[in-house]
Amino acid sequence: MALGQVSGQILGQIKPSGAELLRLYAEMRLIREVEQRLSVLFGDGEIPGFIHLSIGQEAVAVGIAAALKPHDTLASNHRGHGHALAKGLDVSRFFLEIMGRSEGYCGGRGGSMHVADVSVGMLGANGIVGAGLPIAVGSALAHQLRRTGGIACVFFGDGALAEGALHESFNLAALWQLPILLVCENNGWSEFSPASRQLATEPAKLAGTFKIPAERVDGNDVIAVRAAAIAAVESIRAGSGPVLIECATTRVRGHFEGDPQKYRDAGEFEEIDRKDPIKRAEEALRAIGVADADIAAADDAARRRVDDAVAKARAGTAPAPAAALADVYSPKTAGTHP
Amino acid sequence: MTEVRFGQAINRALADAMAQDSSVILLGEDVGESGGPFGVTRGLLKRFGAERVRDTPISEAAIVGAAVGAAMTGLRPVVEIMFMDFVTLAMDALVNQAAKARFMFGGQVSVPMVVRMPHGGGINAGPQHSQCLEAWLAHVPGLKVVCPSNVEDAYALVRAAIADDDPVIVIENKALYATKGELPEPASAVLIGRARIARAGKDVTIVTYGAMVPVSLAAASVLEKEGVDVEVLDLRSLQPWDETAVLESLSRTHRLVVCHEAVEAFGVGAEIVARLADTGFDELDGPLLRVGAPFMPPPFAKSLEDWYRPDAGRIIAAVKRAIA
Repeated sequence: MALGQVSGQILGQIKPSGAELLRLYAEMRLIREVEQRLSVLFGDGEIPGFIHLSIGQEAVAVGIAAALKPHDTLASNHRGHGHALAKGLDVSRFFLEIMGRSEGYCGGRGGSMHVADVSVGMLGANGIVGAGLPIAVGSALAHQLRRTGGIACVFFGDGALAEGALHESFNLAALWQLPILLVCENNGWSEFSPASRQLATEPAKLAGTFKIPAERVDGNDVIAVRAAAIAAVESIRAGSGPVLIECATTRVRGHFEGDPQKYRDAGEFEEIDRKDPIKRAEEALRAIGVADADIAAADDAARRRVDDAVAKARAGTAPAPAAALADVYSPKTAGTHP
Repeated sequence: MTEVRFGQAINRALADAMAQDSSVILLGEDVGESGGPFGVTRGLLKRFGAERVRDTPISEAAIVGAAVGAAMTGLRPVVEIMFMDFVTLAMDALVNQAAKARFMFGGQVSVPMVVRMPHGGGINAGPQHSQCLEAWLAHVPGLKVVCPSNVEDAYALVRAAIADDDPVIVIENKALYATKGELPEPASAVLIGRARIARAGKDVTIVTYGAMVPVSLAAASVLEKEGVDVEVLDLRSLQPWDETAVLESLSRTHRLVVCHEAVEAFGVGAEIVARLADTGFDELDGPLLRVGAPFMPPPFAKSLEDWYRPDAGRIIAAVKRAIA
């Protein structure tokens, strides 16, 4: 079953209702609010280490997650705040983790690049480019063998397309017809280098090499991303094997916070406002007659949730060194290692 | 008791674990149809089916990485890496993913996976098919590393590894696959991290593991005729290693030699003697010595490989230095 046929047939039926579009907008607004606040907190020295923001890419996380179910599993990457929140992570425990508090998702052991909540199927952000792919392949195998009815999903950037682990994972996923959704967030930048200096082919062509159906969508259009995801997930759940969705999107911030981005042309930034996925969703909401008050309410709710989460995170406690060795090994055998 | 070969004991351990727990699956290059390059998984495809005994492409990074994802979401995968030398291709999955997931996610997940891999020389397989790289893996917090020396332990450690909730590396010395031994019925698992006294003695302790256990026992027999009573301690597990058992033995013999097939420098022996230089200092009546391969890649030609691998003669010479 080719993805083009599926999406062509049901694209009309998977146009979101006004309420659904407002929900998608609210999710994107929340992610944007979270990351703008992270940027401020990072600049003020309240967040240690380094963080990678997905501002401008929110439609990818939200559009894809709209097609997933709670028991579907997700492997993410270093730019994964949006993926985690879209999969259902609690905003307060998320901030607690990124600010290095013991009440955070990982007890302050992981931080931004390792946020995980396995209870909602979020198997972790990842600090190694491409490393989420084999993990998602393994989780897809577990879904298949355990007959859970679930699927695995993995987000990776265009930079990961040059990693060997990705090529091996594409092959394995296709060979074993695993239930896995491969989501390439193509923002055109591999760290500090443009895609033109990184990859000799294109994402869909690479997928085609492994006979994986692929679709390229406007990754800044949450309606288009959601539609492609619903069609792909239907095909995957039906047992037709992996599907790749390439989401063309825009990285607004640097590779990491603090990156002055001297390698980018000023002209690129002039276009960024026009491409903004949240503004575009807002326009779509207005076009179908959703009231300004409803949109403003979503904006306010996002701000309040983030205010509340940041206050909780500031009140969190620093992890105690006395407990630092816990969880290196299972409690059954802890203490036997030197 | 039945007499079986080392490889058959592992086969039986895999089969018994799979029969007991449907979440145990096997992944590896040629583990299915052809039964594995050393025949360890022979017959398991027929018995358990292609869903659970999976021939994989030659993709070490993806196989081990997939095992991490599978282990995090309900399976207990057992991966075979055809030769330990190929673990280089899977190091991200082992070091950055499997070893760290429990810790970096704050104890949310277990990664109950096993990676079996044969190490060691003796079959003239050359520089890329003969290495003993266990020290790399024992150096990574979050991994466990075991290395059986005999049939009973091969079964017991593989069962323990599969039952364990952490990622466990099982290292199988190629020279041991064809060796025979008695397997008790029913055979059982053993606690990971406990050493075993392979031969009791009072004059000097040899701490060793894997294929160097029988070589050390042979050296002990020669030394016995010369009036030296050697204790041979088989570590069985390298991470964690049984410091208590080593200290107890040292407190009886007061002299100690560590022996392994891996290169001597920066090896398992280096860690053991460094610890004992601290915790065992008051017991020492002689220098802490190591016997390992010279600091070079394993050579191919028979004459060179025979010279390269530690043998009874080198162990005997070290023991004589320890008691001099």
